[in-house]
Amino acid sequence: MRKYGKFAVLIVIVIGAVVWLAAAGMKQNKTYYKTISELSQMGDRAYSTRLRVAGDVENGSIERVGNQVHFVLVQDKLRLKVAYTGTDPLPDTFRGGAQALADGTMDRDGVFRASEVQAKCASKYEAKPGNLRPGGAAPNINTGKSTIS
Amino acid sequence: MENLGSLAILLALAAAVYATFASVVGRIKRRPFLVVSGERAVYSIWALITLASGLLVSVLLTGDFRFAYVAEHSNHSMPLFYKFTAWWGGQEGSLLFWSWLLASYTSVVVFTNRRKHRDMMPYVVGVLTTIQTFFLILNNFVANPFQMLAVDKLITAVPDGNGLSPLLQYPAMAVHPPMLYLGYVGFSVPFAFALGSLITRQPGDAWIHTTRRWTLVTWLFQSTGIMLGAAWAYHVLGWGGYWGWDPVENASLLPWLSGTAFLHSVMMQEKKGMMKVWNIVLVSTTFFLCLLGTFLTRSGVVQSVHAFARSDIGKYFVCFMALGIAGTAYLILDRLDYLKSESELESVISRESSFLFNNLILLASCFAVLWGTLFPVISEYATGDKISLDPDWYNRLMVPIGLALLFLTGVGPLFAWRRTSWESLRRNFQLPGAAAVVLIVALVAAGVRNFYALISFGFCLFVALTVIGEFYKGSRSIAAKNQMNLARAAVELTHRNTRRYGGYLVHMGIVLMFIGFTGHAFNQSDIKDLNVGDQTTIGKYTLKMVDLKQGENANYQWHRATIAVSKNGESLGILEPEKRFYTASRQGTSEVGIRQRPNEDLYLNFAGMTDDNQRATIQAYIFPLVMWIWLGGLVLIGGTLICLIPSKIKMQYARTEVVGIAKTHATIQN
Repeated sequence: MRKYGKFAVLIVIVIGAVVWLAAAGMKQNKTYYKTISELSQMGDRAYSTRLRVAGDVENGSIERVGNQVHFVLVQDKLRLKVAYTGTDPLPDTFRGGAQALADGTMDRDGVFRASEVQAKCASKYEAKPGNLRPGGAAPNINTGKSTIS
Repeated sequence: MENLGSLAILLALAAAVYATFASVVGRIKRRPFLVVSGERAVYSIWALITLASGLLVSVLLTGDFRFAYVAEHSNHSMPLFYKFTAWWGGQEGSLLFWSWLLASYTSVVVFTNRRKHRDMMPYVVGVLTTIQTFFLILNNFVANPFQMLAVDKLITAVPDGNGLSPLLQYPAMAVHPPMLYLGYVGFSVPFAFALGSLITRQPGDAWIHTTRRWTLVTWLFQSTGIMLGAAWAYHVLGWGGYWGWDPVENASLLPWLSGTAFLHSVMMQEKKGMMKVWNIVLVSTTFFLCLLGTFLTRSGVVQSVHAFARSDIGKYFVCFMALGIAGTAYLILDRLDYLKSESELESVISRESSFLFNNLILLASCFAVLWGTLFPVISEYATGDKISLDPDWYNRLMVPIGLALLFLTGVGPLFAWRRTSWESLRRNFQLPGAAAVVLIVALVAAGVRNFYALISFGFCLFVALTVIGEFYKGSRSIAAKNQMNLARAAVELTHRNTRRYGGYLVHMGIVLMFIGFTGHAFNQSDIKDLNVGDQTTIGKYTLKMVDLKQGENANYQWHRATIAVSKNGESLGILEPEKRFYTASRQGTSEVGIRQRPNEDLYLNFAGMTDDNQRATIQAYIFPLVMWIWLGGLVLIGGTLICLIPSKIKMQYARTEVVGIAKTHATIQN
């Protein structure tokens, strides 16, 4: 039985090390996903945690101010001012109307300071049902919406 | 056309349901004609799905924009090649592609086993056609590729389609999805054989011998797919990375990790009759992780930079996976007694033990990646907060795990079965171990202070030397016996036992890739706004902007910087990073300028124009050793291909003669 004891000890060490590494990292590397409306209800906690907020970039809202890029994220008519403070240039996919994900912290002045901005990559792009507008014409037969817009 | 397509997949569904019932009922009631009709139904499924796929491809090629799928994923100006690849470019098409691959695999399985395994084949067919049925249900009722665009009840066409995103119009990216899919779908076959052998309580390991090549080929496709994805990210996306721990990337890595574990642990069963339960569990896990991968990329359950399709396809997957896992678990638990191990672990320092820990670590890393990927879902369920873990979390975890695996890669193959004597340890590891220590000391002396990088380089040298040592020892004795030179002897040696030496080559590929990964610790980057005539330096390079042009063509507008690169006053040529903005899709892309050399890549990205439109923002990076990753990938592919070549000398692994095996190995080694 002693040899199984050795195996057991080694297995416990391996699994323990993995769990320990995973748990230790969890505290430092976690980011909360919040919608814009949840953000406004978070109260003071919003200023102390790292957050990730998704939304659509409002058309025409992108402007450069010094080293920063300011833009507005919109979700369900709620707006959030974002100041991008990171050094990397914004991704190719970032433009008015694109879906973007801002990663950073909320500031007391109500502006979200993003250190990183991701815009949705084009891979596997699909229009949401009901929004199908190839070439701006006919809608999908399945959605029941039959008006040309 | 559209009706014919829809009819074909509907008939295929009926045939799949029939094939399942005919095979299983035919087997239970002992009606051979039913079994045979089930097998023939498999061919008809293939024919029907091939017809449907052919129709879809033909409307994609001809640009019939009455089809929603065509309008969404193709347009007039796309090159023919990308019109074809649009087959798997979108949700509906890629699920049809899944179905088609599965039907093709099943047909090949039925054909190659038409005179073999008569006892378990009906169940194998039954399992495969059940999976087929599930995908055909999706094809027919959830994501039908033959949907038409219509206004009221009138079918209409749009003038031109959306087309494929310009980011994806890149050869590696066109082949990357089919490679991954070939891998994903391929694991259905070993899984089906495992279940078939479990249901019929097959004696022996017929399922493992039959599916060994399948597993290897599948694993090869998966590895290639992952490498292509990494290469694409590096060369096209302009951020200079090749792996970002994105959920979609993780989804492809998960079955690869468990599949790698499976490839190793089957050797334990083949040679020692151990780990039988474990192997069945592993192959099932891998199969369900493949399904999970498809589910993750298709359901939008986890947020990702890759835009997902938002659809209700997720719940179908969840149901199917839940049923499948429950069924498999029941079968395994019910037949545990038949899966008794034939021998026992004897020593911690033995081949068996190294396989055990290889499996443990691979599975632990697989679980860790799965945990990280699903963490937003888990945390939302547990606490109400959706929490995501960033790439640093993965790196912190996976770097040490990767290094531990690398170490095992070196020591495992040199441990003897059962137990290893200290004498043989000393003989095998003295030189590589000493060399690794010398290398680490030298690197520290040269000023390298990154702990993981030091360890990694040390391990890389250690493993490389053990592999080379194995080749050298074997070839030297063959060369001496047959009077041939060492290179020919090495080829002869590999040919005699392709599995073993092909496997070593795969390990060598992994070592080369780790050298490349380690280069990441020494990345440098800089970002500068440059006008014509300006210059900047990064590392030892001087970059001088000699030209800045812009222009426009039918497809896109472009800005291009021409940058002269020199080192110590010596000219190294020019790099031309370019930024494109595609008019139709309103999408920008970067054409990076890369100078690839074995020691480091100089990587220039045209990030954009400054606001005053006078200067170009250029990101300059130095990525040391990246080329070794691609090189390692090629070696890995080559090694796997060698494993697939039949060995010249048939090795006997009679399990009753455990002592005999040790002897066989000894003679091969010396």
